[in-house]
Amino acid sequence: MRIGIVAESAAEETRVAGTPATVAQIVKLGYDVVVEAGAGAGASFPDAAFAAAGATLGSRDEAWAADVVLKLAAPTQEEIDRLAEGATVIAMLAPALNPELVDALAARPITAIALDAVPRISRAQSMDVLSSTANIAGYRAVVEAANEFGRFFTGQVTAAGKVPPAKVLVAGAGVAGLAAIGAASSLGAIVRATDPRPEVADQVKSIGGEYLPVEVAVEQSTDGYAKATSEAYDRRAAELYSEQARDVDIIITTANIPGRKAPVLITAADVAAMKPGSVIVDLAAGNGGNVEGTVPGERVVTEGGVVILGYTDLARRLPTQASQLYGQNLVNLLKLVTPAKDGQLVLDFDDVVQRAVTVARGGEKLWPPPAVQVSAAPAAPAVEAPQPAAPATKPSRPWLRVAFWSLTGLVLLAGIAFAPAPLPQHLTVFAIAVALGFLVIGAVHHALHTPLMSVTNAISGVVVVGALIQLAVPDWTVKVLAFAAVLLVSINIFGGFAVTRRMLAMFRKAER
Amino acid sequence: MDTSWIGPVATGAFIVAALAFVLSLAGLSRHETARAGVAYGIAGMTLAIAATFALLVGGLPATDAVIGIVAAVIALAIGAAIGLWRAARVQMTGMPQFIALMHSFVGLAAVLIGWNGYLHPGAIPAQLEGIHHAEVFIGVFIGAVTFTGSIIAYLKLSERMKSAPLVLPGRNWLNLAALVAFVGFTVWFVIDPQLWLLIVVTIIALALGLHLVASIGGGDMPVVISMLNSYSGWAAAASGFLLSNDLLIIAGALVGASGAYLSYIMCRAMNRSFISVILGGFGIAAPAKKGEDEQGEIQETSAAEVAASLADAKSVIITPGYGMAVAQAQYPVAELTRVLRERGVEVRFGIHPVAGRLPGHMNVLLAEAKVPYDVVLEMDEINDDFAATSVVLVIGANDTVNPAAAEEPSSPIAGMPVLHVWEAEEVIVFKRSMASGYAGVANPLFTRPNSRMLFGDAKDRVEDILRELASVRA
Repeated sequence: MRIGIVAESAAEETRVAGTPATVAQIVKLGYDVVVEAGAGAGASFPDAAFAAAGATLGSRDEAWAADVVLKLAAPTQEEIDRLAEGATVIAMLAPALNPELVDALAARPITAIALDAVPRISRAQSMDVLSSTANIAGYRAVVEAANEFGRFFTGQVTAAGKVPPAKVLVAGAGVAGLAAIGAASSLGAIVRATDPRPEVADQVKSIGGEYLPVEVAVEQSTDGYAKATSEAYDRRAAELYSEQARDVDIIITTANIPGRKAPVLITAADVAAMKPGSVIVDLAAGNGGNVEGTVPGERVVTEGGVVILGYTDLARRLPTQASQLYGQNLVNLLKLVTPAKDGQLVLDFDDVVQRAVTVARGGEKLWPPPAVQVSAAPAAPAVEAPQPAAPATKPSRPWLRVAFWSLTGLVLLAGIAFAPAPLPQHLTVFAIAVALGFLVIGAVHHALHTPLMSVTNAISGVVVVGALIQLAVPDWTVKVLAFAAVLLVSINIFGGFAVTRRMLAMFRKAER
Repeated sequence: MDTSWIGPVATGAFIVAALAFVLSLAGLSRHETARAGVAYGIAGMTLAIAATFALLVGGLPATDAVIGIVAAVIALAIGAAIGLWRAARVQMTGMPQFIALMHSFVGLAAVLIGWNGYLHPGAIPAQLEGIHHAEVFIGVFIGAVTFTGSIIAYLKLSERMKSAPLVLPGRNWLNLAALVAFVGFTVWFVIDPQLWLLIVVTIIALALGLHLVASIGGGDMPVVISMLNSYSGWAAAASGFLLSNDLLIIAGALVGASGAYLSYIMCRAMNRSFISVILGGFGIAAPAKKGEDEQGEIQETSAAEVAASLADAKSVIITPGYGMAVAQAQYPVAELTRVLRERGVEVRFGIHPVAGRLPGHMNVLLAEAKVPYDVVLEMDEINDDFAATSVVLVIGANDTVNPAAAEEPSSPIAGMPVLHVWEAEEVIVFKRSMASGYAGVANPLFTRPNSRMLFGDAKDRVEDILRELASVRA
């Protein structure tokens, strides 16, 4: 089958649905790839690079005539009409928000796949375009904030005085939020994060942030997104945001609930309370905004001197990276639907992922898909962070140990006290040697355990002493047996010491 | 010639030799003193053999003493030739079976000495006869179990025999019956020392050793080898009691304690009791579960991508397992280590105590490939560092890096200490196929979002990475 990678029609779009790296992988799956000339220009991928990766370059018509069309933004009506009969189009269709688009796609005998409708299950993570886009947006939000912010992020002590570190609040520790926390903390800022799911606290901490809990009970979500939550929670959260707004220099909000208006987290009063020069980046701007006063796509400066960035094109501002990640998500989806790697796209509706992403097929509207239970959310109510397994599951039975040692002691005592000479003496020597052995061996370095075994092997060959003496016994049977014993054990002695020396000679220290 | 002084001097020499053995084991506690430790061991052994020869010479000019000395020289010479030859030839990957075979020699020698002790008891006071007979029995029994057990371990390790555990019906009862029979026959033998009793007990012990090790699977071999190491020591100690020789008792006790301690370390590393290892492998306790994590999908990667990640990494930890030894991948791995270190990447190794088929096996393999030992760290030393590590390479390890052990209390291997590789930024798992590990437990590591699978022969893949790395600019 032929796959077409088309240029995006929106004027402000810089990204492209394929990169030379992803094209090479698609070719490996057995497809022919045609790339619309100039499609990668906005993302710094020259046509020659696509050609080198195994794609042919074609006109707009040629690319749209392919069996499978890869795209970023949803196609326009004009573009839908361009699709060949029986063709497949894969793009970010946002079917929940665009019912007319779904109808338009279903009106044609084509297959439409919405990459942004991938269910949030771990198996589908590699094609989750919302995650990869959110990751970019989170990073870029910090870069944009740093651009507006008139100070360093990191604290410094310079000859010209001490610079305090910037304080950043990230609302929502999803993919975008975590990316923002990571980027801000690696710039040296003090980063705090909020999220209705307390289980993210560890993730926040692991990338350098501090988790601010909202101490109210929460419902468990089943779709992998934090749910719109109860009143008590909202009240406490609002207080928390108001407290933080007065303290921090930068706020990045990432609270998006798909298919619904974004919740307002930062009120106008909170914004007014912020210091002049503070920056807010509202990643939910396109969805109504988490901040009162956000204008989608715009930079707003409030009367109090607070900058509110409502950019909705953050991913587009990193076109090379965004294209690569989106392209990789596409490749992963293509791998799933090309099980034989023979360049034939086959949809299997028994697979929840493939069913979920298919919006329309052959004129039939398939949206919305049946609900998918998300495996990411634990079945049991996991309000607390998952507890690590107890280190020891073995039931300890101290009485057993006591009984064992008491018995050993008694036997030893009886042996030494009542056995005829020379047994008591031997038992004494034996007991002391065992104890000494444990003490000495306990100190042996773990790396030397194999040499230890081979040297103890040689040492146990000391029974040769007994066998040697038996050689002089006036009995031929005994002599023969003793001869065999001496022979065997001397293999041990010489072999054991020799191999130990050989091994130890190999161990060497680093020369630096 | 007056030879009465030889006896006391020899006894003194034996005690000095025993001290030398203690110093030998103490020397092995650190790399710096390890070679000196071996030298002490050799000195002790030389002294012991010399003293014994002196005792034989003391018996001159009797014909038996002459025969004894000649026979001793011949046997020692042949044994030395074979031992030195094998020691120079053995592959480091073949160390486990080499050591197993050596254990069997000590076991057999103990049996022979025990038999000789019965056939020619020497002058024994009447009140000690019973004890002497019991000593014969104990020595023969331990020796025979060690002998056949080690032979089976040798066959399993050298893949001349299937390493899957042999499961006989009521096998624990069989073992118990053998022990009970041994105790019963010992009492009988003390009362009435008949030759046939000795033969029967020898056979029972041989069969017990056979069955004991045959019913243990390949992955538990580190414990079995340590256990047999311990038995060979106890067998030597039993010979010491029999011959009334303190040197044998001390050396045997040292070796026995050493093996027991190693077994203990291995068992702790698997979070299992010694008894449970001896009496049954994982395969029995927890049948393989299939489809445990159907929601997960693995992500495959390529040598080129791994090379790129390694080139960008700040720190790398390599966690090898038995698979590395099987694939003979230690040389390319060592080369990779060298190349990365030259590029300024911090490379370290994390060794799980039961990695490989022998305690410390991985260390020896890496040392052979010239990996400096101070970058090879034990699990406890390195486990806290994974979170700050860029890339972890898991080469031929499975159960020892299974996050289920730490996170899923219901897992059959829950509580087993494991290397926390999943805490690193990226984990590359080298794997021949998607088969589960020795324990037959699904490994959720493979489907973690930060895990990548690199399929194929570990040696070939590491060599591919080396080639790719050469083309990535430093």
